[in-house]
Amino acid sequence: MLKTFHKGGIHPPENKLSAQKPVQDLPVPRSVAILLSQHMGAPAKALVNKGDDVKTGQLIGQGEGFLSGNIHSSVSGRVAKIEEVQDVSGYRRQAVFIDVTGDEWENNIKRDLVLDKEIRYDNAEILKRIAEAGIVGLGGATFPTHVKLTLPRGKKAECLIINGVECEPYLTSDHALMLEKGEEIMVGIQLLKKALQVNMAYIGIENNKPDAIDHMRRLALAYEGIKVCSLEVKYPQGGEKQLIQAIVGREVPSGGLPVDVGVVAFNVGTVFAVYEALQKNKPLIERIVTITGKGLKNPANFRTRIGTPISVLIEAAGGMPDNAGKVISGGPMMGKALSNTEVPVVKGTSGILILPEEESTRPVIQPCIRCAKCVSVCPMGLEPYLLMPLSQQSLFDRLELEHVMDCIECGSCSYSCPANLPLLDFIRLGKSNIGKIIRTRKK
Amino acid sequence: MSKLLTVSHSPHISNNQSIDKLMYGVVISLVPAFLVSFYVFGIGALVVTAISIASCVLSEMIIQKYLLKTEVRIRDGSAIVTGLLLAFNLPSNLPWWMVVLGALFAIGVGKMTYGGLGNNPFNPALVGRVFLLISFPVQMTSWPLPIASRLQYLDATTGATPLGILKEAVRNGEAVPDIMNQLPGHMQLFLGQMGGSLGEVSALALIIGFLWLLYKRIITWHIPTFMVATIFVFTGILWLADPTKNASPLFHILTGGIMLGAIYMATDLVTSPMTIAGMILYAIGIGLITVIIRVFGAYPEGVSFAILIMNAFVPLINKYIKPKRFGEEVKHG
Amino acid sequence: MTSTIVYTIISLSILGAVAAIVLYFVAQRFKVYEDPRIDLVEAELPAANCGGCGYAGCRNLAETLVKSETFEGLYCPVGGNEVMARIAGILGREAIEQEARIAVLRCNGTCEHCPRTNIYNGAHSCTIASALYSGETGCHYGCHGFSDCVLVCSFNALHMDPVTGLPVVDDQKCTACGACVKACPRNLFELRKRWKGDKKIYVACMNEDKGGLAKKNCEVACIGCNKCFKVCPHEAIVMKNNLAFIDSDKCKLCRKCPPECPTHAIIEIGFPARKLKIDEQIAESTVNTKKEE
Repeated sequence: MLKTFHKGGIHPPENKLSAQKPVQDLPVPRSVAILLSQHMGAPAKALVNKGDDVKTGQLIGQGEGFLSGNIHSSVSGRVAKIEEVQDVSGYRRQAVFIDVTGDEWENNIKRDLVLDKEIRYDNAEILKRIAEAGIVGLGGATFPTHVKLTLPRGKKAECLIINGVECEPYLTSDHALMLEKGEEIMVGIQLLKKALQVNMAYIGIENNKPDAIDHMRRLALAYEGIKVCSLEVKYPQGGEKQLIQAIVGREVPSGGLPVDVGVVAFNVGTVFAVYEALQKNKPLIERIVTITGKGLKNPANFRTRIGTPISVLIEAAGGMPDNAGKVISGGPMMGKALSNTEVPVVKGTSGILILPEEESTRPVIQPCIRCAKCVSVCPMGLEPYLLMPLSQQSLFDRLELEHVMDCIECGSCSYSCPANLPLLDFIRLGKSNIGKIIRTRKK
Repeated sequence: MSKLLTVSHSPHISNNQSIDKLMYGVVISLVPAFLVSFYVFGIGALVVTAISIASCVLSEMIIQKYLLKTEVRIRDGSAIVTGLLLAFNLPSNLPWWMVVLGALFAIGVGKMTYGGLGNNPFNPALVGRVFLLISFPVQMTSWPLPIASRLQYLDATTGATPLGILKEAVRNGEAVPDIMNQLPGHMQLFLGQMGGSLGEVSALALIIGFLWLLYKRIITWHIPTFMVATIFVFTGILWLADPTKNASPLFHILTGGIMLGAIYMATDLVTSPMTIAGMILYAIGIGLITVIIRVFGAYPEGVSFAILIMNAFVPLINKYIKPKRFGEEVKHG
Repeated sequence: MTSTIVYTIISLSILGAVAAIVLYFVAQRFKVYEDPRIDLVEAELPAANCGGCGYAGCRNLAETLVKSETFEGLYCPVGGNEVMARIAGILGREAIEQEARIAVLRCNGTCEHCPRTNIYNGAHSCTIASALYSGETGCHYGCHGFSDCVLVCSFNALHMDPVTGLPVVDDQKCTACGACVKACPRNLFELRKRWKGDKKIYVACMNEDKGGLAKKNCEVACIGCNKCFKVCPHEAIVMKNNLAFIDSDKCKLCRKCPPECPTHAIIEIGFPARKLKIDEQIAESTVNTKKEE
């Protein structure tokens, strides 16, 4: 019996079109736009000006405040301008535009690909270097990793959980990373275990990636305290809380953090970035991005420099299909639909999905028939059919009592609703309004 | 000239279900029962079913278009399902104008007054049926003879149903085992050679429909199973206590509207509870009330009333029986 | 037979009488004293229960009016000065007069002026669209056109124009209750001073982008060029964040600013047509023929 989480869940078609494709290096583009806010928290402050020459890996943005992150140049060339560019939300935000010449790296970065297993630093130094390298959660949440490693007072971690689940349909970047850089990930796990002073780490991988499971299991034999767990294919297995329940059987309490049950979780991409930062002095300047979609000639996994416009990725995959309807940053269940293709790749871009026109329009909305499908699939045990009208009518007291803040916005409810109600749209609105109310209460 | 991209909130995919698909799935699952009713009751079955469906659809269309002046949504199939299930609760010789009246009441009062699809607390087909039962008790309790009345409609020869015979005989003081010898055997009851309303006669046909509904994931197994189990257990207890006054549980289940009620009426999505625990409580309640009415009440058949009574409790059930939340604050021991 | 009827009548009458007496004493015992003036004040109010006064319905406002010492901060925008004067008469207090106001949509980003750059397919609501992203056009400040304001108006004073994609305020029905102001997620509605004949002059733009960017996305955007500010003789115009704002309390409707605006972002309504100078007329007609080509 494969382990899994207990409540709810759905089985959308996997469509892993780029699954067997090895990682290709996307050629460095002619120009990049590196956003100064690619993480949760305050945007970084630009350290360069128009006309400055920069090298690959150079620090160009300094994080401001506790919850923030550093930004490094992913290319070498000249800063063309520091101006606004549209990010995934459509709004214009500050970015450093660099015209690329050559590919000259900072001197201290080791460019060899030889595996370096030696752990030279103590836990404080590991944390410091992770912060300097600008590493954030690459699963999509982009929470600054050094902040996650700084546990709140009184909380202790017992084990580490590594998220190799990739439950979203279409996405394969984590899968490709595990196959190619599995051992580097093991070293990264050892580094993180040292940073948190824990002895045990579990890697969760869904059962639809048997090659990755075998590969990682074999590698784990040589390392102490790392175990690979094969999990049932069910969305949203990759959600932090669901993953923790599946692997160690503990439920993160409502309103709490994973560390409340002694667990800290990281995405495999983040772990690999930690390896590169500590063993090769390489800051976070590139990541694997899946470019996929049924109409694309060549769905693939590309190692992409941060700041590359998405249009370059699409060209590399065979060009924009004629019948393209939606371009999504992320997966089809939780990704953000983009309004144009000049949006640059950021640290949190795990994949770009192009949906054809036929699949891009929502079906007609019908009245709610109380079929309870949304209740049966919600992994958090909420009742979306009730949360939607409460949000529409702005009944915030009752909404909060119904625990809408527990919602992980996985989209299982909207997916399953036979009446095609925009459940998640209104639940998100309710959450954001209540979030504002809660913040004013604290003051 | 590049096309514009589409933007919306996630999720960007769905399982392509629709209310139409659910409703037509229910209609398909009722085909075996309809074929049996046509075989057993002939012309009458055809006429009553056709009139019922047509009247329900027409009523909904007229009310939506002229009274409420909203979009006409008969295409979603819910009126057709109501029409079909109402017909299955009627005898095959019911005059056509009564069928029309029942349909009008079922849709107009049972569904539209509450705000249309999804807002009604009571099962509309049952509302129509109970309305007809109370308004025209004689015609609603005269049951055409199976097979013999096939070519007749309004002039069908009638006779009492097995349940009716049982009730009368027990009232007259006859011992139950003697009564049983006069009635069709269990296998005949299972297959459908008995009198009754159009849809309730064949348990086999209804079970085939049930399996189709489960396969298509339109309903879950909990309500029918717990309802039938409750009835089985309680009639079983009564039967074991006094076999001369009470019929066997199997007899109870195979006669009357229990199978039809359990599989189609109690599981109506709009009027049943939202959580599994709630559904189980609801099903047990229906089973209990059915047994009480059948054994102690004046009517031989109690399922319709039982379901309507439990429908009234559903909002309460939904309010207090909530799904178990992930990460509910657990008291640390 | 008759005895049945007699007994029935007697017993029902006794029941009725007993019930009446019991109810009388219960009503007396649980009576809530209410100032009778509250009913009188409520009768004067328009009974729209729109919440424009900031209170929960007309009765709530009536109660507050009777209880409070002055009318400070209490005003029914729907009833207006007339109604407040009558209420002041009932309560024997000084009436406060407020200038009449009218809701104005400060956006002219029609489908023609402000072309779409993507198609929105989410839930049909401006609040939801605003929460999701920057909007269907290049202007991130303008009207979405999904009718949140139309739905919230209790006086049917708003309707969506299908050609322009913008809501239209019906001046005759608008009571300046403020519901649309609260409903619009982009704060495009403003309650401006109402003039006789419903004359209006306002900047129909809320775009704070720099001039070049604003104009690229919408033909009639305010580019923050300052020309209107320079020409205004009454200091009614404020420039902030690349956007001009005409203060309706200071504006005297002198009509000097609209022809100054290079993008026609300032709208004037309710005035007779301007007499154009000869060369302006020729220029206008050449522009029109060019468009037709």
